[in-house]
Amino acid sequence: MTYDQARFTGDGVYEPLLSAKTSRTVDPGADSDLPEELTRDELTFPSPSEPELARHYTRLSEMNYGVTTGPYPLGSCTMKYNPPFTEDVAAHEAAAVHPDRSTRSTQGVLELQHRLQDYLGRIGGMDAVTLQPPAGAAGEFTGIRLAQAYHEHNDEGHRDEVIVPESAHGTNFASAALAGYDVVSLPSGEDGRVDLDALEAALSEETAALMLTNPNTLGLFERDIERVAELVHDVGGLLYYDGANLNALLGRARPGDMGFDVMHYNVHKTFATPHGGGGPGAGPVGVVEELREFLPRPHVRRVDGEYDLVDPAHSIGKVHGYQGNWLVLVKAYAYIARLGDEGLADASAKAVLNANYLAEQIDCEVPFGPFHHEFVASAGDRDAANVARRMLDYGVHPPTTKWPEIVSEALMTEPTEVESRRTLDQLADAFDRSLGDDEATLADAPTRTAARRIDQTSAARNPRLAWHDLDEGGGG
Amino acid sequence: MRRGRTPPRHRETEAGSPFAPHTAAETAAMLDVVGVDDEADLFDIPGSVRFDGSFDIPARSEAAIRAEIDTMLGRNDDLVELLGRGHHAHYVPSVVAHLSDRSEFLTSYTQYQPEVAQGFLQALFEYQSMLVELTGLPVANCSMYDAATALGEAATLASRVRQTTGTRVLVPEHLQEGRRAVLENYVRGQDLTVESYPMADGNADLDALAEQVDEEVVLLYAENPTVRGCIEESLADLGTLADEHEALFTLGSDPVALALLEPPAAVGADIVVGDCSLGLPTAYGMGLGLFACREEFLRQVPGRLVGASEDDAGRRAYTLTLQTREQHIRRERATSNICTNQAWVALRAAMHAAWLGPDGLVDLAESGVRRARSAAARLDEVAGVTAPVHDRHHVGEFCVRTERAADAVAADLEAAGYAVHVVGEHDLQLRVAGLPDDVLDGVAEALAEVAR
Repeated sequence: MTYDQARFTGDGVYEPLLSAKTSRTVDPGADSDLPEELTRDELTFPSPSEPELARHYTRLSEMNYGVTTGPYPLGSCTMKYNPPFTEDVAAHEAAAVHPDRSTRSTQGVLELQHRLQDYLGRIGGMDAVTLQPPAGAAGEFTGIRLAQAYHEHNDEGHRDEVIVPESAHGTNFASAALAGYDVVSLPSGEDGRVDLDALEAALSEETAALMLTNPNTLGLFERDIERVAELVHDVGGLLYYDGANLNALLGRARPGDMGFDVMHYNVHKTFATPHGGGGPGAGPVGVVEELREFLPRPHVRRVDGEYDLVDPAHSIGKVHGYQGNWLVLVKAYAYIARLGDEGLADASAKAVLNANYLAEQIDCEVPFGPFHHEFVASAGDRDAANVARRMLDYGVHPPTTKWPEIVSEALMTEPTEVESRRTLDQLADAFDRSLGDDEATLADAPTRTAARRIDQTSAARNPRLAWHDLDEGGGG
Repeated sequence: MRRGRTPPRHRETEAGSPFAPHTAAETAAMLDVVGVDDEADLFDIPGSVRFDGSFDIPARSEAAIRAEIDTMLGRNDDLVELLGRGHHAHYVPSVVAHLSDRSEFLTSYTQYQPEVAQGFLQALFEYQSMLVELTGLPVANCSMYDAATALGEAATLASRVRQTTGTRVLVPEHLQEGRRAVLENYVRGQDLTVESYPMADGNADLDALAEQVDEEVVLLYAENPTVRGCIEESLADLGTLADEHEALFTLGSDPVALALLEPPAAVGADIVVGDCSLGLPTAYGMGLGLFACREEFLRQVPGRLVGASEDDAGRRAYTLTLQTREQHIRRERATSNICTNQAWVALRAAMHAAWLGPDGLVDLAESGVRRARSAAARLDEVAGVTAPVHDRHHVGEFCVRTERAADAVAADLEAAGYAVHVVGEHDLQLRVAGLPDDVLDGVAEALAEVAR
């Protein structure tokens, strides 16, 4: 392999914990003018020098894999290159304003939000967009609450079911449950898509919404989407679009045109705002006209040439204390502006080309097809998790494993548009070598990473979640 | 460059994604391998739903976008912000920005593949550990979106673990509006109702509250400092009251204040939530939600937890743990729907807290107390102004009463270059932590002009 992981090979060289190096105890009450009973007696806390701090975190960063380290073909996660200029844009001093400032004094912030709402609306084929949800799952919850409020407003509050395909992201189920719905799981058809008969059987007067990802998590476009929409609408339900896989459709198809009523956008996936090791993301929600007045308050609108924050007439209220993860939205705006119409369409074209090319190049079974941006290969009689760990030894981040469960020992792979043919060939090589290695080698992998096989069982049985829980009191 | 190779396409003039590295020749060869003639043939989309229009979004160069955003954000007025109400920023040292911007952190995914995520996992383990130190509670997750959603999650946790059949959640009448609104949205699906209890001079009205609490209450929420910047003086009594009725006592706070104030665990807090003020600028409300709780609720905690373990070479290693609580495994039976959280902000907060160290944290909190006291005394001298409104100890911010209507005073102050909160008909709230003397003098002069 050409990827060099030499920096992960420092055998036994570990970065000590901050606490072990530098903890000190102080008495916060000592110099305080506060009554003693209101203050604490002591605080034990790390106290590194700035150079120590710089080395500590630099060392930790070296023990971490990011998109700039190498390919990150995690199915359904859309890990693609994040252009750093968006960071500079978001670091703009004027972006750092307090959320309680008057609308008159924050016209710049509101204008950018308004433009992004507009862009996202056009990209998704939606009539109105809120930027408030701070992540994709928060967007799902917002969307389902919108559907709920809409039904209640129309005296249809009895609808207490949300239908979710079994291959959907787990967040769909959890978000619907959080909103108080019973979740009806929809089995997949033989071709990996929604089974229309099963859908008809699941739909009823109790249906509030169907949540759908399209292309779905197998990378397959739901070709019968218009029929699906018709069936859902016929019983009075709403159709929800999970935007996790929107990267495959930019400029080729729009959820709004397919009959979806409400959708969320994962700006950190589709629009390449860095995932930050698990956030912050942002999950703007788009809706058709009928749902506009249910959006979270306040909503950015243009009134008499000025940007203003308006409370929609039947607003569901708030889903974030303020207006969501603003700096992430600035990055998303900058990214969309950088690509424009042709760039967005090209991103999808290349993402889909790359997925199909890679599926073609690897020596293992890839059921279903044709694929959009991702595919699910099967490791066959091999343990997909072991195969994944072995791929680390070949210098690449492995795909998502063991999900969706429709494919046994799943290796769910999404190369995205940012990988070159050469990189895809190397990825295919890593796939094939890992699958070709003997069981003992797989069971021993990885051997070249900062940590080898980690004891997950004892981590869960005997949770050690903070310095106190470590025997040596935080030693390295 | 290899001979004969078509130049890569990140030139600013070429149409297409600047981040897709394919040359025309490579694209053609790859299409050939896949077995289609044209990129359009890759899309398995029925003609009836194909989109062939335009978004009318022109592509711009980096330079043009930066200039455009400069111009746009330049339309914000340049104001001195005396704004807080729980969301406020401290100066973030440059080293935090530089270290957190290292792309191995910034461009990484959630740490599901722990062997190549040890750095971030350790950093999050350290973040959790710092919260444990500050709250005195043994379990802290590695982030929620903000204080409002963390409070919402505390209430859904209470509904899962409640020992009574109750449905009431009690919150102070002085509560940031967004926190209340988000809480209402979170508990709606769990059939809980949110009610306010009265405040007396900026603290919880214990007598009134004692009347209000019964066995139907599943969660009692208080803040220290309160949204008005007051130190809550009856925390232990609140904890006892909650305990007597088997309600979970949830305390909202901030890590800087916690470095100085009574540890929540010592006053009986079952859960601590809050907005972390370290690591980020005010960022138009973007934040970092804290969540810590008693060990008893470990398997009910929302969000991610990092645990220490060993690898098969016997070395310390970290991993996400207790994932059977999470939605990707338990789906509709998960403890929460939160998936993407605020990991990178948590990383920054941990860096900032460690940079400050114990002395720095305590100094920052104490200087907030001293500054509030001296600024209130200074403004109390201004004709038409009474400060502070509440006869309490304050951290960083306090309320003032003006003779003229607060709306009008705030509008005039904004015209003079100062942004303040309106919190009542004649009450304004000012955050003064970190405010230099000359700026405070300017505020006092401006108030003298408009307060009466």
